[in-house]
Amino acid sequence: MKSYETVIGLEVHVELATKTKIFCGCTTQFGGLPNTHCCPICMGLPGTLPVLNKKVVEFAVATGLATNCKITRHCKFDRKNYFYPDLPKAYQISQLYYPICRDGGIEIETTAGKKVIGIHEIHMEEDAGKLIHDPLENCTLVDYNRCGVPLIEIVSEPDMRSVDEVIAYLEKLRLILQYLGVSDCKMQEGSFRADINLSVRKIGAEEFGTRTEMKNMNSFKAIARAIEAEQKRQIELVCCGGSVVQETRRWDDGRNTSFAMRSKEDAKDYRYFPEPDLAALEISEEWIAEIKAREPELREAKMLRYEKEYKIPEYDAKILTSSKKMADLFEETVEICGRPKEVSNWLMVETMRLLRETGMDAEELLLKPEKLAVLIELIDSGKINRTVAKEVFEKIFREDIDPELYIKEKGLLMVQDDRLLKEAVERVFERNKQSVADFLGGKERVFGFLVGQTMKELKGKADPGKVNALVKEALQNHIR
Amino acid sequence: MDLTNLAAIELGRWIKKGEVSVREAVAAQLAAIKEKDKIYHCYITVLEEEALVRADEVQEGIRSGKYTSPIAGVPIAVKDNICTRGVRTTCASKILENFVPPYSAAVVEKLWQAGAVLIGKANMDEFAMGSTTETSYFGATKNPWDISRIPGGSSGGAAAAVAAGEAYAAIGSDTGGSVRQPSAHCGVTGIKPTYGVVSRYGLIAYASSLDQIGPIARNVSDCAAVLEVISGNDNRDSTSAPQRQYHYQEAIKNGIKGMKIGIPADYFSDGLDKNVRDSVLFAAQLLREKGAVVEEFKQKTAEYAIPAYYVIACAEASSNLSRYDGVKYGYRAPEKDLGELYKRTRSEGFGEEAKRRIMVGTFVLSSGYYEAYYNKALKVRAVIKKEFENAFSNYDILLGPTAPTTAPKLGESLQDPLKMYLGDIYTVAVNLAGLPAISVPCGLDQNGLPIGMQLIGRPFGESDIIRAAYNFEQAYRFSARYNIQNKKEHIENI
Ligand SMILES: [Zn+2]
Repeated sequence: MKSYETVIGLEVHVELATKTKIFCGCTTQFGGLPNTHCCPICMGLPGTLPVLNKKVVEFAVATGLATNCKITRHCKFDRKNYFYPDLPKAYQISQLYYPICRDGGIEIETTAGKKVIGIHEIHMEEDAGKLIHDPLENCTLVDYNRCGVPLIEIVSEPDMRSVDEVIAYLEKLRLILQYLGVSDCKMQEGSFRADINLSVRKIGAEEFGTRTEMKNMNSFKAIARAIEAEQKRQIELVCCGGSVVQETRRWDDGRNTSFAMRSKEDAKDYRYFPEPDLAALEISEEWIAEIKAREPELREAKMLRYEKEYKIPEYDAKILTSSKKMADLFEETVEICGRPKEVSNWLMVETMRLLRETGMDAEELLLKPEKLAVLIELIDSGKINRTVAKEVFEKIFREDIDPELYIKEKGLLMVQDDRLLKEAVERVFERNKQSVADFLGGKERVFGFLVGQTMKELKGKADPGKVNALVKEALQNHIR
Repeated sequence: MDLTNLAAIELGRWIKKGEVSVREAVAAQLAAIKEKDKIYHCYITVLEEEALVRADEVQEGIRSGKYTSPIAGVPIAVKDNICTRGVRTTCASKILENFVPPYSAAVVEKLWQAGAVLIGKANMDEFAMGSTTETSYFGATKNPWDISRIPGGSSGGAAAAVAAGEAYAAIGSDTGGSVRQPSAHCGVTGIKPTYGVVSRYGLIAYASSLDQIGPIARNVSDCAAVLEVISGNDNRDSTSAPQRQYHYQEAIKNGIKGMKIGIPADYFSDGLDKNVRDSVLFAAQLLREKGAVVEEFKQKTAEYAIPAYYVIACAEASSNLSRYDGVKYGYRAPEKDLGELYKRTRSEGFGEEAKRRIMVGTFVLSSGYYEAYYNKALKVRAVIKKEFENAFSNYDILLGPTAPTTAPKLGESLQDPLKMYLGDIYTVAVNLAGLPAISVPCGLDQNGLPIGMQLIGRPFGESDIIRAAYNFEQAYRFSARYNIQNKKEHIENI
């Protein structure tokens, strides 16, 4: 097994976050009752014509620029013809001959070091509808809502050699797309899906082995498992004198295995030809410059700025920028309360912990910057202590509660009144005469117990430092 | 007098003056259709009730100043591959027999805004594929000059309706001559505008890169008026030219002194009927007398136009017609299995000619044949375009016959499709190059059948060809010389 290397290239399909579809004015919103987000154009009714959404081009160009691609100045659409009920025109408008971006690449970093993964091309296309089997009527229904949702397909060079590299590439790519704001990249909803082209060869061999294409992975973990399984399957085949068949395989994550979908040799002939309903797209230098000028701050730049502007350690900056959502949350909260270190702490410790616990992706965070800012304000002004704050934070994270209202309703405000605090200390001393005596007799570790009891008496709603001081003071009074 | 003999803008003028009401005009038109369409079969759908309701609305609109165009109140026919909201649009195919579009084509909206009255949906070759109107699922249209003959195609119903007095003007579509050739065969005038001048939105595509909508009418002025109404930019069609409005009626006022007219010598070779040749050359002479400079020149690419046209048109058609699969609308064969549903729906839904072209198109796009056929055809297209450009550096317009013969007998053409395709020799190159062209009647042959002359302009040169055609029309006076009613006399005179 060790004498083989795996060669992997990826085709990543990304659903663009435009408000409307690629060739009509219909909304791209996810969900919605079947066949409510469509019109004669995206349903391909006779006589209708596509009109290109400019935003799609801008998003594709922005992606190309951020991945160091060359932009095709004179770019065209082509028709990919095949019959299927989810494709109402019986052709998909895509790009074959003149894709919008070509010859790019991004740098990834794994434990093995840094490496550039080439990007062969990026092209624009429209999504198809969805078939839903109705077991009751035993028939198949079609939902055209997704028809015409804009996609870009990012095709990498076969430059990856391991699971680590694939995941690093995908994570990097996803971050770029999210930072650009061109896609939300939700794998579960299918707005970011990757097909794996994989082959194996003897280390040192010049030629690539026969490759297979793997589809249907809806998480990075599934992708990792699919790669592991497929390279093992191929190496075993080749080792035993067998040969790999060029085919498309479907990954079944539940069973941790894949099966062949159809052989590429007898694959459909898509009869591509230039789309006559769309004029050639001329992308001017000025337009490219305009798109470049609008490019938002990407991760590397953001990390550096955090370190410089907010005096945040490199490690923290890296975590804070590991998702666009997290970085936005950080900046927006700091904007309100101006406490970068404190905000960073809440995000790095509590937020990360809760994300792990709930199994959520950072992009799914519902946490609102205003609420985190209010919480920090409450701590700063001494109205609540950190223990209470953690409890409140969890409530904000999970249920989006209003922190001030919640504290009031639950009576979590800190006891500030010295008289009330002193009375509490006295009550504790009264109940624990033996402990007080022990302390006076020299058992100093009883001090902690007394402080703890007092905090308990106050139901935790007190500044521990202050309680500490008052207990000390009361003990000194007893000595005298 | 018979109202339906008036020209379109003449009727428009009468209506504006109050000499005739829109309802009277529409009623007269409907009566004529009722009487004549049994014989000619120009229509697939006649909008009897709708037209009368519309007539009153237009009358009120004219009074209030809402409708001011020269065709306000004028009954107009629209080819049945142009979508009309709420009115079935069949493309003369079984597969769309009951298709009722929920939207109107851009041209239909423009006609509406101009106050025209949509009188019916005109018969055509199925999906505009054919030169005879015989491939219609609803039966052939007959040539009003001789009902044993075809009216031409694919806009045969539209041209015949205008010739027979069943419409004042009609809107056709022209992919390889489908407006000009039936106009020639029916003795009427038809314009195929520059690609992009008229929006294709709502035109059910045959070959998208070649299709263009154009007017058919009884004279050049009517054509110019209708074209002025239906042309102009439309942001729903990406291939629509940017100019918002065009003014063609202006062009008519001017003479043609000094206009340079080129005659491609190759157009007058062996395949051309002698009567056609003589009439067209006589027309050229008339234009010379009106002050134009007419000379012959060599055009080398003519013979390549037909193969290139059929490869490109069929390729695009095979893709455009794939959507008719029985899943969403139109005819559906009662099959449970998806593959069988596709096969039977399309086998039963399409006629022979449509199937032939779908298969040719599928073949030329298949992997392994794309380079040899489709891509080569694109190269030929570029060469043809270039040759036209060269010609237009020397001439303002080009002149030639519209079709090599007058209208053939019914049933003759479909027996030999290849021969039928060759009949498109003078018209297809114009579509490949995206140029404007007009067909005007220029005589009758020995059988008393109309002959058409084609004038081709440079891109967006509609005004030039309209001006030349109008000058010729005034000099020749075809409609004053000949009309359908006393055809026998004409034959005796020829
Ligand atoms: Zn839509």
